[in-house]
Amino acid sequence: MPHFLAKANSQPRWLFPFVVTFVACLCVLPLARLVGAGISSILSGKALALVLEPSVWSAAVNTLTTSFFGMIAAVLIGGLFALALTLADVRGKWLLSFLFMLPTMIPPQVQALAWVGMSGPSSPLLKALGIAPAMGSPQPLYSVGGIALLYGVQHAPLVYLSLRAGLLALPRDGIEAAKLAGASPFRVLKDIILPLSLPGIIAGAAIAFVSGVGNFGIPAILGLPAQIYTLPTLIYSRLASFGGNTFGDIAVLSAMIGLMAVAGLQIQERALRGRDYRVIGLSGASATFRLGRWRPALEAFLWLLLFVMLIAPMAALVSASLVPAYGVVLSLKTASFSAYEEILFRQTVTRTAFGNSIFLAGTTALGLLVIGVLAGYTLTRGASRWTGLLSAMIEIPYALPGIVISVAFVLVFAAPLPFLGVTIYGTIWIILAAYFASFLAVGLKPVVSALRQLDPALEEAARLSGAGFYRRLFDIIVPLIAPAAGASVILVFLISCNELTVSALLWSAGTQTLGVAIYNLDDSGSYDLASALSVLVVLMVVVLMLLLELMAARLPKGVVPWRN
Amino acid sequence: MAKLILHKLCKDYGTGKPAVNDVSLDIREGGFLALLGPSGCGKTTVLRMIAGFETPSDGSILLGERVLADASGVIPPEKRNMAMVFQSYALWPHMTVADNVGYPLKVRGISGERHREKVSDALKAVRLEAYAGRRPADLSGGQRQRVALARCLVTAPDVVLLDEPLANLDRHLRQEMEETFREFHARSGATMIYVTHDQAEAMALATDVAVMSEGRLLQVAAPAEIYARPEGRLVGGLIGQGAILALPERGAVRRDLGWDEILTRLVDRVPGGTRMDVLVRPQDVVLGGEGLPAEVEGVLFEGERYALRLTLGDGQKLRAYSRVACTEGERVTVRINAGWRL
Repeated sequence: MPHFLAKANSQPRWLFPFVVTFVACLCVLPLARLVGAGISSILSGKALALVLEPSVWSAAVNTLTTSFFGMIAAVLIGGLFALALTLADVRGKWLLSFLFMLPTMIPPQVQALAWVGMSGPSSPLLKALGIAPAMGSPQPLYSVGGIALLYGVQHAPLVYLSLRAGLLALPRDGIEAAKLAGASPFRVLKDIILPLSLPGIIAGAAIAFVSGVGNFGIPAILGLPAQIYTLPTLIYSRLASFGGNTFGDIAVLSAMIGLMAVAGLQIQERALRGRDYRVIGLSGASATFRLGRWRPALEAFLWLLLFVMLIAPMAALVSASLVPAYGVVLSLKTASFSAYEEILFRQTVTRTAFGNSIFLAGTTALGLLVIGVLAGYTLTRGASRWTGLLSAMIEIPYALPGIVISVAFVLVFAAPLPFLGVTIYGTIWIILAAYFASFLAVGLKPVVSALRQLDPALEEAARLSGAGFYRRLFDIIVPLIAPAAGASVILVFLISCNELTVSALLWSAGTQTLGVAIYNLDDSGSYDLASALSVLVVLMVVVLMLLLELMAARLPKGVVPWRN
Repeated sequence: MAKLILHKLCKDYGTGKPAVNDVSLDIREGGFLALLGPSGCGKTTVLRMIAGFETPSDGSILLGERVLADASGVIPPEKRNMAMVFQSYALWPHMTVADNVGYPLKVRGISGERHREKVSDALKAVRLEAYAGRRPADLSGGQRQRVALARCLVTAPDVVLLDEPLANLDRHLRQEMEETFREFHARSGATMIYVTHDQAEAMALATDVAVMSEGRLLQVAAPAEIYARPEGRLVGGLIGQGAILALPERGAVRRDLGWDEILTRLVDRVPGGTRMDVLVRPQDVVLGGEGLPAEVEGVLFEGERYALRLTLGDGQKLRAYSRVACTEGERVTVRINAGWRL
């Protein structure tokens, strides 16, 4: 009876149940547990008292404001870079796109610390320019605007990746046809490129917004000192002052966040409706616009943006890692590598953290690639009645901040697993499971949008050639979505490698991640050690990216997202 | 290979109006059927049901004794031994021309020398041997089309489906490809089903033409038959050139009408009575000499002749050909040698 399993669909019988079960176990079960805790809080009347608190309302407003303006900033910055680096004849594209990808790989709390170091009264940069605020004056970033700005910087590469994937899929002949029709470059941009790349922009904006709602690191560093709370930091502080009703309270608070994220995604769905631009026939060769005399101006502007977004904060971070104490002026005399020595050779904690994070991130990225391709296939080729539900199930854990996922996993896995009698609480596996749940949507998005853009006739032709599901999957679908799949693996690896919020609650001795190690060092006042470890994290990320660069010649075109 | 039978085929997407409604059709073994109709008439849906991409809501599809689809289930496309040329060609951009053509063989486990031989034979048949190592992106539209054909040729499919394969090609290439299709049909001996909205294409290629409109099958016949004896106004208007006159019925028995029968009905001005539709082909309209007066409304020079649009005294329209030039507004006399009652 169920049509989605009709033989005409030719999906293996296990596929849909498998995807649904997997998603349900990882995404729905923990959250259902959390919702249960929330409902009992509502029934006991404590939820009403909570919602009536002014601090909760101001946190909700702050969350929406910062996420919205952060999304605008991310779309502007990411959109500019995607258009300039994909379509214009800007010089030094490789370096520009490489550097532009970096902010999203830097953990948010590290980013925030670096910016605070750069922009405060003791900033070496501002002092050199003579525009440093007076000592004792408030730090300008400790504000709603500051949080939104850093959201924009942090999430601009997500918009960039999403839009760029769409731009690379644009049919070159379509653009050339418009040019020949007499359209000026500006008109081609306005009439052809922007409408066709709108799905990419909308998807990118949605990712940026949802990421902002769920961001913990930035408001924790920038908001807490000025008593500015967003919902994630409010949940965190409620957990820190653990009380009898904490689980009930954060269940209600996370329900509010869930509603915000779902509302944002509803708007995205509505905006994407009727914009299913499957690219017919062949694409891949990207078009180029000649900028002429505007080129130096655009290039200068891009480099200026990169300097403010990345180079100056990183310089501040590096200098902080080289001085013995915060505020000491860096000079040849004061510089020392003692912080690096400490974390690399003396502290086993940091070395364990490196190993744990790489294991967790690698397993998550590859595991989610497999799941992502299967789930993405189910979502795009399956029956319409159920795909919306499945999509929502995947989306919700990503929309929730890591801290809510962690609490949900604590609630579910604190007790031993049924039937097995094994408890995974306190082991690295609970973090891995939480990562799978948290980053499923991140890994899925590029794959789904690639599958959406794939001309269905390509797969149908393979079916008529006699190729069964697995054959088609490996011969046709995987090679054609390889660029997006590559982007998805890199994204998931980088995000999970830098992640703090999930592991902050789930770690225990021996299972700490890099994020936890940095946070603990900073929390205990060792700003220099935290900076040094952050610098190493950034270096590791850069090295991994360069490694991919070297492999790129053997990879299908477009797998490395920052390459042309 | 065997006869392909569509039996009371229906497809309803739940939009209130079925996309395909009660289509029954027998396609003889080795036949070349053109499914003709305006866009949105359901012809592509029929094709996709034959291929197995769509499940019929009702009815069945049989290939000889083998049931491909009925109420109890369907055989998936990969098990049907069919091949298809898609409107967008559907070549895999990550494979070379030879890999594209050889893929059905690879799936069937044919490798080595036999594989190479078959691929090169198929490429030779579409005159693309020299392009084996290229990627589809480096080919022109006509070449891509021929690669898609070669991919169908490489195995011996029971049925070859063609979904408006010439829609994206220019006129010159179309003629060349029509040649190639005919060759292909003769060579493979496969049953071919060709979806098109271009009646000239359908008439030129097919051994049988099936006309569809709004999900229903109107008529199936050989091209010459359907041209000479169309059933109903829709088919008459769709196939070939011609004008449809409304004439008083007055006990006409035969469907072939001669000049006398047409003339008496045209001059008869008695109002009322049932009327019948009579199709008049332009080549049956002779200008000059004794006949009815008419006025030239439009002239189109077609190279070998002039195509005229005429208006009769009672306002009815007629089409005719002329070897000499006419001017608009000119008064002429016409004689209608033959008409077909629709």
